[in-house]
Amino acid sequence: MSGLTLFFGLFFYLALAIFLVGFLGKIWKYAFTPAPLRIPQTPAPVHAAGVPVRMFQEVVFFKSLFRGNKLLWIGGYLFHLGLLFILVEHLRFIIAPTSSVLNTLVTYDLYSGFVLLGALTFLLILRVAIDRHLYISLASDYALLLLLMAVASSGLLSRFWDGGHIRMNLPQVKAFIAGLVTFNNIGSVPTNKLFLIHFSLVLILLIYFPFSKLMHAGGLFFSPTRNQVDNPREKRWATPWVKTRPTATLPALEMQQQQAPAAAPVQEPAAEG
Amino acid sequence: MAEPAAEKTLLDVVTEADTDKNAKGPELTGEINVPRVEEGRIVKGKLSGAKPHAAKPEIMTALGFPDTLVDNWEEAAVKRLGELLEKYKSLQVYLDICVRCGSCTDKCQFFLGSGDPNNMPVARAELLRRVYKKYFTTEGKLFGKLAGARKLDLKLLGDWYAYFHQCSQCRRCSVFCPYGIDTAEISMAAREIMDSIGLGQKYCDMTIGKLLEIGNNLGMNPKALTNTLESIEEDIEEEDGVPVKLPLDVEGADILLVTPSADFFASPHVESLIGYAKVFHQAGVSWTMSSLASEAGNFGMFVGNYTLMQKAAMRIRNAIEQIKPKRLIVGECGHAWRIAYSFWNTLIGPFDSLDPNYPAPQHICEYTLDLVKRGAIKLNKEANDEFTVTFHDSCNVARASRMGSRPGGQFTIPRELIKASCNKYVEMDPATTMEKTFCCGGGGGLLTDEIMETRIAGAMPRMQTLHAVMESDGVNFMALICAICKAQFTKIMPKYGVPMEVAGGVHQLVGRAIELGAKE
Ligand code: SF4
Ligand code: SF4
Ligand code: SF4
Repeated sequence: MSGLTLFFGLFFYLALAIFLVGFLGKIWKYAFTPAPLRIPQTPAPVHAAGVPVRMFQEVVFFKSLFRGNKLLWIGGYLFHLGLLFILVEHLRFIIAPTSSVLNTLVTYDLYSGFVLLGALTFLLILRVAIDRHLYISLASDYALLLLLMAVASSGLLSRFWDGGHIRMNLPQVKAFIAGLVTFNNIGSVPTNKLFLIHFSLVLILLIYFPFSKLMHAGGLFFSPTRNQVDNPREKRWATPWVKTRPTATLPALEMQQQQAPAAAPVQEPAAEG
Repeated sequence: MAEPAAEKTLLDVVTEADTDKNAKGPELTGEINVPRVEEGRIVKGKLSGAKPHAAKPEIMTALGFPDTLVDNWEEAAVKRLGELLEKYKSLQVYLDICVRCGSCTDKCQFFLGSGDPNNMPVARAELLRRVYKKYFTTEGKLFGKLAGARKLDLKLLGDWYAYFHQCSQCRRCSVFCPYGIDTAEISMAAREIMDSIGLGQKYCDMTIGKLLEIGNNLGMNPKALTNTLESIEEDIEEEDGVPVKLPLDVEGADILLVTPSADFFASPHVESLIGYAKVFHQAGVSWTMSSLASEAGNFGMFVGNYTLMQKAAMRIRNAIEQIKPKRLIVGECGHAWRIAYSFWNTLIGPFDSLDPNYPAPQHICEYTLDLVKRGAIKLNKEANDEFTVTFHDSCNVARASRMGSRPGGQFTIPRELIKASCNKYVEMDPATTMEKTFCCGGGGGLLTDEIMETRIAGAMPRMQTLHAVMESDGVNFMALICAICKAQFTKIMPKYGVPMEVAGGVHQLVGRAIELGAKE
């Protein structure tokens, strides 16, 4: 095993480990942080069965984003769609023999790549072109967009250009990746520079994932305004961290009720609710 | 020679206000224009000085908070944030997952009305998120400013104080956020942190204090309450010739009504109280109000303090134990209905002693509409012929609660009731009603005069849409089901050149239309 293979092999496992531990750790935290009160954003499903339907509309159609901003929805939707297709198409590097559905899909992978890159560019333009979006954008927001664009471009480019003297050898890539994933028979890492760049960028993305806003991918499912049932009158929800209720102050209040007559209220009444 | 100024305390520095006392609303055109954020990233927000008065030491200590800004405020604030992160899933998830997509940026009435970029919901949330990143996340520790992390300094604390008191916790932003991020949850947490380090807002904290000590936000004791109710009874009898009663503390009454104390004598609130009383009278039921529970409102929610909210709500439980009613009904109030509907069962439930055949609690609109449908009371629509009516969905009712058994009942039930009470009803722009409704601009503890500039800004979108239907359809009555909405609009409308009589209650219409007297 060459030094380069060892390096990229270790890099891969390290990135994967950080990603998995980080991601699952965050999900664990989201899942087990208590939700003291019922706060679904209404109108909300009144039966538990409605919650998956609501989630489905959000996850599959980005319903709220659609209501909020159509341009953003187009950009965001195309990006995620492109990403989904690309990810599925990348399965060809892992599973063998590839299924026929996958084979058909793979023939369109260039489209997915361009949609992905185009959508990212569009999102970047929106970020700088709309005054409000420009105002709220952080350096890390741009960095992430650029990183994703670099991943997409390097991947796409490898389809057109040999990356400098050594042609991308797909079977070799496949042997390497499949070996890594199955912990078995790891081939030597392809030395094509474009591949190495693409591969490294993806691993960096994986490492950054759990520490960044990319966690929206898991966090969305734990959003109390979206995943709660609207039935607080029918079903009592107990706050996990409240063990005892404050004691009734009844005696003091009874005294108050028998208080001597008092003058007008102490404050202007206009301001109450 | 001028006297040497007393030395400014830290608290003075943080809460120092600079706001336009004579602010007026912009000209009404019927259009809501999204303001441009011109100055880019370095802008000093237009409302950065619109800060409410700070709570006095005695108010703070009564609620168990430090009397003034503590010396180790930075450390204490971070510590409190850490505790809240472990207690509130909403806070933990929402601080993590915002992608700054920008979908919410043009949705907040306070941004639309002021053009202050820090009033964009995501920018408001970032004020807290920066601190979260700095002290609690790997990303912030590694990349610092590049990832938006920032140390909590006095300047930022001042911005917290300004901008978390420019959020009415209306949840409009959450409707348009792909992840449902609710900035209301974030501003509640921020206020709780500020209270915990001795930086309280006077209006909210004083109101909670009065509620806990005396029993209602107005600070009206039982005797004063009795007198007020008696004089309202006299007024009704004089006007309608019918002895409609407003009973107080009647043990064993079937229905306990809990209503915002503003109903007892603010205007137009009291008209709705008269409306409820006539409904009960005509339905022939035994009902009562309670001096223990003489307030449906509960500002404990506004300051994000669970314990205070629960303590305040306990009065209602006490009243149930004392009166032993079969049913529990809540009067017209937005945030109060949210707390009653969504939180009471958790805070002070279960309501085992009540009749299980009725929802507990029940909204007065649910109750009245049911009577109308069953023919138990009759409404004469002609009595309201002088009005062309529209309806403002109160945000807390629209986005944080429900009426009836189906989702969206909170929209249909009040509308049906209004339409049963009058002949002319007009909807406002559908992009601004139901779950997309705008806040009146005074909710969430902002209903205090020193931040009038904020309140005027926040009312802008609703005032524009109201103006549009006033022009096109001659609307002259905007029906409300929220005590804060009523108080806010009566005060704000004149600042926009609209007469304050345009604001009224749903049960004000019912009260005028109801046919009193013997039933056939
Ligand atoms: S819509 Fe949601 S995710 Fe997008 S910027 Fe606003 S809060 Fe963040
Ligand atoms: S909750 Fe309402 S007031 Fe607060 S930021 Fe969101 S839209 Fe604005
Ligand atoms: S006052 Fe009315 S509109 Fe404003 S926050 Fe409360 S319920 Fe909403």
